[in-house]
Amino acid sequence: MRKFWFIFMILGCFSAQAQIRVSGKINDGKNNPVAGASITIKNSYDGATSDSTGTFSFQTTEKGDQILEISIIGYQSHIQKLSISGQPIILNIILKELVTELKAVVISAGSFEASDKNKGAVLNAIDIVTTPSANGDVTSAFKTLPGTQQVGESEGLFVRGGSATESKIYMDGNLVNNFFYSSTPGIATRGRFNPFLFKGTVFSTGGYSALYGQALSSALILESKDLPERTEADLAISVIGLGGGIQHLARDKRSSWGISYNYTNLWLAFKFNKYKQDFFTIPVYHQGDANFRIKTRNGGFVKYYGYISSNVTGFRNQDIDSLSMKDAFSINNLNTYQTISWKDRIGKGWRINTGISFSTNKDDIINELQDAGNQKQVITSPSFYAFKNFRLNNRAVYAQARLVLEKKLKGLTAIRFGSDYFYSEERSTYTLYDGTRFPETVKDHLFSLFTETDLYLTNDLAAKIGGRLEHSDLMNKWNLAPRLSVAYKFRDNSQASFAYGLFYQNPERKYLPAVAQLNYSRAAHYILQYQKITGQRSFRVEAFLKKYRDLYKTSVSVTGREVAANNNGYGDARGVELFWRDKKTFKDVDYWVSYSYLDTKRDFLNFPTAITPSFAANHTASLVVKKFVLPWKTGFNLSYNFASGRPYYRIAYDNTTARNIITDAGKTINYNSMSFSVNYLPGLGKKNAKAFTVWVLGINNVLGQNQVFNYNYNNDGSRKEAVTPPSKRFIFLGCFISFGIDRTQEAINNNL
Amino acid sequence: MKNKIIMKKAILFVSVILLSAVSFAQSERYLSAMKNNLAAIDTSFRNPASLVSLSNNFERIANAEKSQWLPYYYAAYCQVNAGYVDADKSRSDAYADKASALIAKADSLAPKNSEISCIKSMIASCHMMVNPMQRYMEYGQEVSSFMDEAMELDPANPRPYLLKGQGLKYTPEQFGGGCSTAKPVLQTSLDKYGAFTPLSELHPNWGKGRVEQLLQECK
Repeated sequence: MRKFWFIFMILGCFSAQAQIRVSGKINDGKNNPVAGASITIKNSYDGATSDSTGTFSFQTTEKGDQILEISIIGYQSHIQKLSISGQPIILNIILKELVTELKAVVISAGSFEASDKNKGAVLNAIDIVTTPSANGDVTSAFKTLPGTQQVGESEGLFVRGGSATESKIYMDGNLVNNFFYSSTPGIATRGRFNPFLFKGTVFSTGGYSALYGQALSSALILESKDLPERTEADLAISVIGLGGGIQHLARDKRSSWGISYNYTNLWLAFKFNKYKQDFFTIPVYHQGDANFRIKTRNGGFVKYYGYISSNVTGFRNQDIDSLSMKDAFSINNLNTYQTISWKDRIGKGWRINTGISFSTNKDDIINELQDAGNQKQVITSPSFYAFKNFRLNNRAVYAQARLVLEKKLKGLTAIRFGSDYFYSEERSTYTLYDGTRFPETVKDHLFSLFTETDLYLTNDLAAKIGGRLEHSDLMNKWNLAPRLSVAYKFRDNSQASFAYGLFYQNPERKYLPAVAQLNYSRAAHYILQYQKITGQRSFRVEAFLKKYRDLYKTSVSVTGREVAANNNGYGDARGVELFWRDKKTFKDVDYWVSYSYLDTKRDFLNFPTAITPSFAANHTASLVVKKFVLPWKTGFNLSYNFASGRPYYRIAYDNTTARNIITDAGKTINYNSMSFSVNYLPGLGKKNAKAFTVWVLGINNVLGQNQVFNYNYNNDGSRKEAVTPPSKRFIFLGCFISFGIDRTQEAINNNL
Repeated sequence: MKNKIIMKKAILFVSVILLSAVSFAQSERYLSAMKNNLAAIDTSFRNPASLVSLSNNFERIANAEKSQWLPYYYAAYCQVNAGYVDADKSRSDAYADKASALIAKADSLAPKNSEISCIKSMIASCHMMVNPMQRYMEYGQEVSSFMDEAMELDPANPRPYLLKGQGLKYTPEQFGGGCSTAKPVLQTSLDKYGAFTPLSELHPNWGKGRVEQLLQECK
């Protein structure tokens, strides 16, 4: 019987328990209450959630030694022993904030990001194709951001007083040579790659990461897409050509492959647009590419991308020295690029990012002096006429291998290090009017080691510290480039950043081989930035100072070529830049404005002294406005680019003083250009349509404003001629059709 | 000898009683705690702080019980709804991440469950709503694939149809949404609610009122 009493006593315990009150306050250590934290007595139902003042209170029936756990996302969990006896318990708890991507400051000095995912991105991937002045060219959209020049006579990004060769372009970490189609005199060429290949872009106007080198001014870092959303086929028909492609996604959604081919022929465009040049070979481009992407078990990717293209073009300009004669220029280019990369987690917080790339480039250039009847003329007196007849045959091979290892430490802190090796072999044969050949080969092995740490001290303070060690066989020297960025977040979520770095670069290929052993050119960047991004609005202001030293000076070789001679050049650049983007103020209207002020002088190449180079304008500004009208299924995009006049010079060798002098100089008129584009999506809302069509109409320089980029001088300087765009306006009409997918949702979300 | 057997029997008897009493008390406690919190969901629906507090309650129950998927399920459900109703969209990702962690635990206890797929779809759309413009590519696909998965796992479940109909209703007509396309889906959902009986009083049974309200708005 006693035993049964015992049972009843035990049972009785369940119903007659004393309750003890546990209460308290939670703060973050900076006297801010933490709301929404869960307070729990471990392995029991008892607990509470802190309110907006951080206060909590609950009753518990637990007894004795217990474990109290307090947790909330974004803070380190707090665990403590709790001894529950008869007395109410009052607690004061401090939770330590965790450093998380959501809250942490973004290290952004000097860089603009175009991405759909990352916080702090100022552009989306789609902005690159809907900016009318860009014409779907990857780099051109960045010319509407501060820091870049509106240079129309040659391709590339001219950043903060730097020349286009000071900007380098990387795809998945690998340097891309010949990113643009080969240069043609006075006409800017486009980038080779389709903007839809990339999911994210970081455009650095200075102070960029130690993972990249060999660019004095700027790095454009492109990240290719992962798997496509689904299998699809595309067809493009436009006034400039035809194209088609297939992207195939495996059923298990773990791999994909794709191929595409594009044929561009400007014949039709020439019928619509009047050109200044007389094209005897209408530009024709063939371009094919292939890719595959495999998702690995750990969520990493193996990606391959291969590209081949060939193009021809040939045109005549009036010869500047002889009004009755013409210069006929023609180029035949063949380019290949292949890259394979592997990015993955390899356990214990380590990540690997490795890749190899291989590319070749072949240019066959012929320049002839022709008479009114387009017949070749060889004139040897005066002698400078003779050099107007030449051939240039370039053959280049590039290979690169790269390995980066990254270890995630606490919070967002990470350390990464790695190495890359870059081989280049560039052969060129220059043939004079009389058949004399000057073959030359420039080879280089460029080896680098780099390391970088992302240091997140708190959510409000972060630093990126890195260094890069480089050795080029050509320079036969090591260089060490330290890089540093610091960012601090204020209470109102705005932030200030600072960046410093040293950057080294080899001389441009066209000035090699040099007449003497050279050293690297060097630039030091100092950047100060303030930025505030709230959901729909972004504002940033940036000031910079850039100091150049050891820039190349050139001299003229016996064949009339300009070659690098010494490192006695120098220069500096300083400026202030503003950027404002707003999607909120005007309903359904998205616009951005940028303004740059630049003050720069440099002594390089054949300059007699430090002068403002002809590619630098003091004031540059852009406005881009986009509006999508839903009932019309049409998007309207407008961009306006402005630049103040740029200086131009006639630099000539003075025989009496035996040095270069400026014999004439001036400033071009201001640059103004308004471009407009319309996208019409008739298939919007047609749910089960088999094809989705986008019509695009684009007009560059709608107002037909006069644009002068520079002036060319004749041999004795008695005459100068304006360098202007090849045609006043360019009108583009195209139709892009995707089969097998419904893009309705995408269109909605991209435009609402 | 006999005594020993009696003793053994007595001990066994006592243990059985004790154990069943304990487990009875446990499940009674579980049932009443779950019911109390379930009842509170409706009254706290517009208030993100109350939903978070409820989610925490469910999570506490789930962690103490260890083998029940329903408290994790409701913890995730409350968390993702808090994400929907909180006006500050900068917090949505945190709500959705927390809900993801909770529903993953429910999923490991009850794999291939239509109700769990519904919550996963809701979590993806919570992420997407932060900035549908930029995030459609990433999350839009997930929203609909989890919806399809839920329909496939249990064709009788009315909730994936509710989610689908609701999504369509708020899509502009020009894009193939609006009431005209949403109505048949919502009607299917309502029909399924008519035939639906939850497995127990604790199993998911929400959404009927919402379907009726949406259909009313589409009249």
